[in-house]
Amino acid sequence: MPHTLSLADIPIGASVRIAEILTPGNNRRRLLDLGLVPGARVEIIRRSPSGNPTAYLIKGAVIALRNENAAQIMVDTN
Amino acid sequence: MSTINNPGLSVLQEIEPLLPTNTANIKDRIVSSIYQQAESVSAQVVRSKNSQYTGLEARLDNILTSRWLGFPIMLLLLTLILWITITGANYPSQLLATGLFWLEEQLTALFLAVNAPVWLSGLLIQGMYRSLAWVVSVMLPPMAIFFPLFTLLEDLGYLPRVAFNMDKLFRRAGAHGKQCLTMCMGFGCNAAGVISCRIIDSPRERLIAILTNTFSICNGRFPTLIALSTIFMGTLVSQAYSSVLATLAVVAIIMTGIATTLLVSSLLSRTLFRGMPSFFVLELPPFRRPQLGQILIRSLLDRTLFVLWRAVVIAAPAGALTWILANSFVGGTSVFALIVGWLNPLGQLMGMDGIILIAFLLGLPANEIVLPILIMGYISAGSMLELDSLNALRILLLDHGWTWITALCVMLFSLLHFPCGTTLYTIFKETRSARWTLLSALLPLLLGIVVTLLINQGAQIIMR
Amino acid sequence: MAINTTLLSESTENSPDKQNNFVIALAGNPNVGKSTVFNRLTGLKQHTGNWPGKTVIKAEGTFSHRNRHYTLVDLPGTYSLHTSSSDEEVARDFICFSRPDITLVVCDATCLERNLNLVLQILEITDRVLVCVNLLDEAERKGIHVDIAMLARQLGIPAVGTAARSGRGLESLKNVLDDMLAGKIAIRPRQLVYDPELERSINKIEKRLAPYLPAWINSRWVALRVLERDFSILEHISNHKNNDFPRQVLKEEVALCLP
Ligand SMILES: Nc1nc2c(ncn2[C@@H]2O[C@H](COP(=O)(O)OP(=O)(O)O)[C@@H](O)[C@H]2O)c(=O)[nH]1
Ligand SMILES: [Mg+2]
Repeated sequence: MPHTLSLADIPIGASVRIAEILTPGNNRRRLLDLGLVPGARVEIIRRSPSGNPTAYLIKGAVIALRNENAAQIMVDTN
Repeated sequence: MSTINNPGLSVLQEIEPLLPTNTANIKDRIVSSIYQQAESVSAQVVRSKNSQYTGLEARLDNILTSRWLGFPIMLLLLTLILWITITGANYPSQLLATGLFWLEEQLTALFLAVNAPVWLSGLLIQGMYRSLAWVVSVMLPPMAIFFPLFTLLEDLGYLPRVAFNMDKLFRRAGAHGKQCLTMCMGFGCNAAGVISCRIIDSPRERLIAILTNTFSICNGRFPTLIALSTIFMGTLVSQAYSSVLATLAVVAIIMTGIATTLLVSSLLSRTLFRGMPSFFVLELPPFRRPQLGQILIRSLLDRTLFVLWRAVVIAAPAGALTWILANSFVGGTSVFALIVGWLNPLGQLMGMDGIILIAFLLGLPANEIVLPILIMGYISAGSMLELDSLNALRILLLDHGWTWITALCVMLFSLLHFPCGTTLYTIFKETRSARWTLLSALLPLLLGIVVTLLINQGAQIIMR
Repeated sequence: MAINTTLLSESTENSPDKQNNFVIALAGNPNVGKSTVFNRLTGLKQHTGNWPGKTVIKAEGTFSHRNRHYTLVDLPGTYSLHTSSSDEEVARDFICFSRPDITLVVCDATCLERNLNLVLQILEITDRVLVCVNLLDEAERKGIHVDIAMLARQLGIPAVGTAARSGRGLESLKNVLDDMLAGKIAIRPRQLVYDPELERSINKIEKRLAPYLPAWINSRWVALRVLERDFSILEHISNHKNNDFPRQVLKEEVALCLP
């Protein structure tokens, strides 16, 4: 079943699991290195005053991603 | 990932297209494996009770990155830091000036006593020593206050929050979110700001950040701005509020600089450096109680003395050169006066004069010496004058026809002209390109000429 | 990005009293307290502006302990060593090519797992690694307990717990450095294991490459990079000054055994 929800669609305060990363190339690697590996838990923490970027709690660190980048990270909500 | 572009790799190059292309898959598997094993080690080693991002941390972020308070707090902190710097630097500056100029008298006496030739004492004392004394007394106190305060914000973990708040603006300008951090560094020193652009991975956005760093007012330019704004803006109100108004004028120039950064970045990313805004990852580190002792020591050693030393090394020869120019004569006029004469028409158009322009030109090695050279030019005593108070400077400038328009144009031109010599050299080292270095000088210069022209002409029309 | 790896390799290789001079690289994620450890250990004996508070330029400093002299190099903070940014390249090249006597990896006790990601990667390059679990005070405040002895056992390398800001644990850190250099500590580093298919490819590549690689480099690690198509590593090795293998042959061999 293809994943339909991306990290950019999740409301503040929710916690999700990474399902699949669609980002290609070097940036994919950078996401993986940050701990965004399939199966990892991510909590959505806050948005910047202007709504973009958004901050996530990933393996104990708070990391901000621009929404268009987060939209390429597919998640499971369970 | 690197591609193969070395001629020595021809064999690999032929075979490469035949290889499976889903290396992404291989990378995923490698990284996932590493994380799995990190997780399993961690599971045996770490016992923790609660979630990681709670309490004080979250509450602070709620305020600092809040919709309504985020931006006002940033502005307030900037103003506060500058205000502390401006008011705090005043007294020690005077003290240093008094001490250093007292020393100058002793030196002059010594030179007289040993019957040194006049040109030698002129070159060494009136040229080199005086410019050094100026740089030290004008720059050291504000730096010794500004840098620790700035390092304090950095150590607290506040700067990444600024980048978090500002990112949308930078995104719209087609720039990288971290450009904001490199700008902050530029407020200390543009050369350091340019080096810090290394934190931006994408070459396109890194170049944009490098080329626009000069729009962050650096520490070498603050004293000029502070002095001029104290003289011309500060005196518009009563004594009690003058430092506040002076601070606000400087803040306004800084904001103009930030706006220019965004505008020029946007322009560059739409013309020369077309491309998508790249991937942006920003860590918001936990707030930590700052180490005050370390901040003082490190900001003093690494930043204050570093910048001061550079200024001293450059100011001495520049002072000597200025003295030589002012004391070599061609047909009865000094070379200095000759150049001033050439530059004067352009200066007048831009709301300034020839002496101001030559001060900026001779100030190429270091922005700190622009004001001293300017003063020297006005006194035309052939050397930099000792000015024990800002009031003396005010009278001097008014005598030479300065109005608030002149002051405004000089302040804007200080924001918008070529970066200092060290910064240019650093840009060259970082980009390894004479073209980009040249562009980094011409771009702000052209902008400065156009802006001061427009402002001056506009003001002339209104005043008429 | 220009990488200045010559500076230290020269100072270590050509200095007359090399016996007693050791280079320690300080690696770790951003914000784990590397610079704090660095400043604590070296005090005022350091040069080069560590300009942006977040280390961008490599900073160097020295200290002595139990009659050994140390040169400490503060590397930029990175999450990994995969050279997707110039910071990571500086860190990786220093650890790999300048071959410090010990790589001290500073970790954040409050989020050890993400730090271990880097530790495990560094262990693939070199086994002369000492782990420093810093920010213990923060961890305690947050109710996180880290079993340092267990960590050392799991990783097969020494580990020390510190709270660098207050100086806690730094004496034992220096003692462990000394013990490591004196050969008093047995090191059996945990090796990363990948899935069977990857392992087969890695072994195949490694076997073909090994004869051409200089002895000081970990051939398994090079094989992994090649598997990922990071061929720049081969050029780096070829260009490295104390390399003595035929570069053309190396590359042909590599091409043949890619999966
Ligand atoms: N509480 C606590 N804070 C620390 C400790 N070590 C470093 N810090 C703080 O952590 C922050 C980041 O430290 P720094 O040395 O700049 O980290 P680097 O990015 O790894 O170089 C600073 O605010 C330090 O004061 C520690 O052991 N305990
Ligand atoms: Mg650091």
